[in-house]
Amino acid sequence: MKTHYWSRLERWSARWVRVHTAVVLFFLIAPILIIIPLSFNTSTYFSYPMDGVSLRWYRAALFDEQWQRALLNSLLIGFASTLLATMLGTLAALGLTRPGFPLRGLIMPLLISPMIIPIVVVAAGFYYIFAPFGLVDSYAGVILAHTVLGTPFVVITVCAGLQSFDHSLTRAASGLGARPWESFRRVTLPLITPSVATGAVFAFATSFDEVIVVLFIGGAEQRTVPRQMWSGIRDQIDPSILAVATLLILFVLALYGCVSWLSNRNKAGLPEES
Amino acid sequence: MNATVPAPAVSPTAPDTLNDAERLQAYRRVKRRESRKALLLAAPLLLFLLVTFIAPIGTLLLRSVQNPEVPQAMPDATALLQQWDESGLPDADVYAAMARELVEASKAGELGRVARRMNFYNPAMRSLLLKSARKLKRMSVEDAQLALLEVDGRWGDKEIWRVLKRAGQSPTPDYLLNAIDRHVDQDGDVASLPPEESVYMAAFSRTIWISLSVTLLCLALAYPVAWLLANLPERHSRRMMLLVIVPFWTSLLVRTTAWYVLLQPNGVINSLLTGMGMVSQPVPLIFNRTGVLIGMTHIMLPFMILAIYSVMKGISPVYLRAAQSLGAKPLGAFFRVYVPQTLAGVGAGCFLVFVLSLGYYITPALLGGAGDEMISQLISIQTNQQLNWGLAGALSAYLVIFTAIFYFIFNRLVGIDRLRFG
Repeated sequence: MKTHYWSRLERWSARWVRVHTAVVLFFLIAPILIIIPLSFNTSTYFSYPMDGVSLRWYRAALFDEQWQRALLNSLLIGFASTLLATMLGTLAALGLTRPGFPLRGLIMPLLISPMIIPIVVVAAGFYYIFAPFGLVDSYAGVILAHTVLGTPFVVITVCAGLQSFDHSLTRAASGLGARPWESFRRVTLPLITPSVATGAVFAFATSFDEVIVVLFIGGAEQRTVPRQMWSGIRDQIDPSILAVATLLILFVLALYGCVSWLSNRNKAGLPEES
Repeated sequence: MNATVPAPAVSPTAPDTLNDAERLQAYRRVKRRESRKALLLAAPLLLFLLVTFIAPIGTLLLRSVQNPEVPQAMPDATALLQQWDESGLPDADVYAAMARELVEASKAGELGRVARRMNFYNPAMRSLLLKSARKLKRMSVEDAQLALLEVDGRWGDKEIWRVLKRAGQSPTPDYLLNAIDRHVDQDGDVASLPPEESVYMAAFSRTIWISLSVTLLCLALAYPVAWLLANLPERHSRRMMLLVIVPFWTSLLVRTTAWYVLLQPNGVINSLLTGMGMVSQPVPLIFNRTGVLIGMTHIMLPFMILAIYSVMKGISPVYLRAAQSLGAKPLGAFFRVYVPQTLAGVGAGCFLVFVLSLGYYITPALLGGAGDEMISQLISIQTNQQLNWGLAGALSAYLVIFTAIFYFIFNRLVGIDRLRFG
């Protein structure tokens, strides 16, 4: 009798877990899916039923000078800060995973901390110290601050990629007469490229989604897409913001596609684990 | 150990004439060189962060104990005031220096900064300073004490001088006290600020409370989901995982916009509720705590699911089966054998969600109401509107220290290497 009782409980809890999961996954995805049709609405209301279907808000967003400028700014700032963050972060990860890196337990958390420290504090501190140097209301300032925020992602992913890296490969290269730079370029780099690229995508996504630093350090000229959305919501919200949101969702799906393709390549590119 | 030393310190062709001590020395030399090379690779990033991250934050936090405005604009008066014992009114030479430097600071255009600084102590100070300087400029001052008292009788008030003396002291505890709704009163004791000026303790506890609620909500929602995802066959779980990953990757502002639209009084959710006849009039879902909790939970939930999932994925089902075959009841085995193995993931998830929530800004600013301001928002008000950098630094100091404590504990217990994305 006892086993019967427990298996019923088990069956009941298995069913409950499934229902719970369905509800949670619905909660996660529904808001994103619900706003996409609304971006094709003809009216200015944010509710169903829709009056009709049109591309009105896409036209409004895509031909708007502010949105165009915001997109260019986002791409420029994103690419520049990603480039910097990837170079600095990859170098650091190469050092951190070497045997004998001094004070690793102290330096590693320090390098990750830009991800943990509240961004408002980072942005306010950056403003406070760099305003006298003319880095406020400038592209350089926003790019530098976004680089800071992007580096932890590069450090983490490249370190993870290097964990399974076989150091005897570089030793073999140098034993065969390769100079350090050569063995890095021709042995190490090809093997860690997928994790470097993954880190770069994360750094780009961080910059592309960041608004607090832009609010503090960026001026009217440096308005990015998230900054434009922020003022769109605050000032007067119209459905063109949903059109932009829909386009951003597609863009981000493409980015995610990149990452999962890279992680598959990462697994395929590494030597078999023995 | 030998595997970590790539190049032998001694040329292999040289006769092996080294004794053990020399060998050890050579080994250590190689080790040191290796460490230096490794550190050199990380040096560019370390230097970069030193300049663009550590120095700015350090300066901002240091600003919370500094008092540069008044001593800079009125060096003599400040210095003389520091010697005043606060028993009676200050000496005539303090009055003279004050009258002279008020005019000088006003002419140099620095009085505005002093007035703004004094305004943080007492709103009446601002007008007193500006008015006095304006009037003094037009007078020929012979007796400074008489002149100041003639301009404004408040210059005969000890309290005014005491506040000026405090504003000249650096380092000062005043901002750090102000950030926890305290001040130093006339008797030199630390006392609470009047209730109408006490906003920060409430904001700190609100911030912690919201972060804690979001963390617990996320944990309760995420744990069963992570369990199911980790235990389903790969082909099913992969498709379901997409429903976690897509929101995770979707822009934070897009998701906040979505909730902003959905939670409106005439938005999708309310028209659904009224349409089904469940409520007669729209439920207030936005610009209040409900909106903040819904929006933040939605944004943080993928972090929690992914953190727990990645640990559950590595747990072998053998242990659970072993426990049951040894006679444990299914639920007992689950809680005593399975759950303890997932604690690393639960810890990583809770840490990430809690710490990221502590510094949250966007979602509470857009979905919250007047009573839902988190500490990040108050910091930005101080830096962008009030221009009170000292108080901003003090609030930041508490926030950073609080965050750092959790970071330290997490790093000790779970390890920062546990954090993974994607």
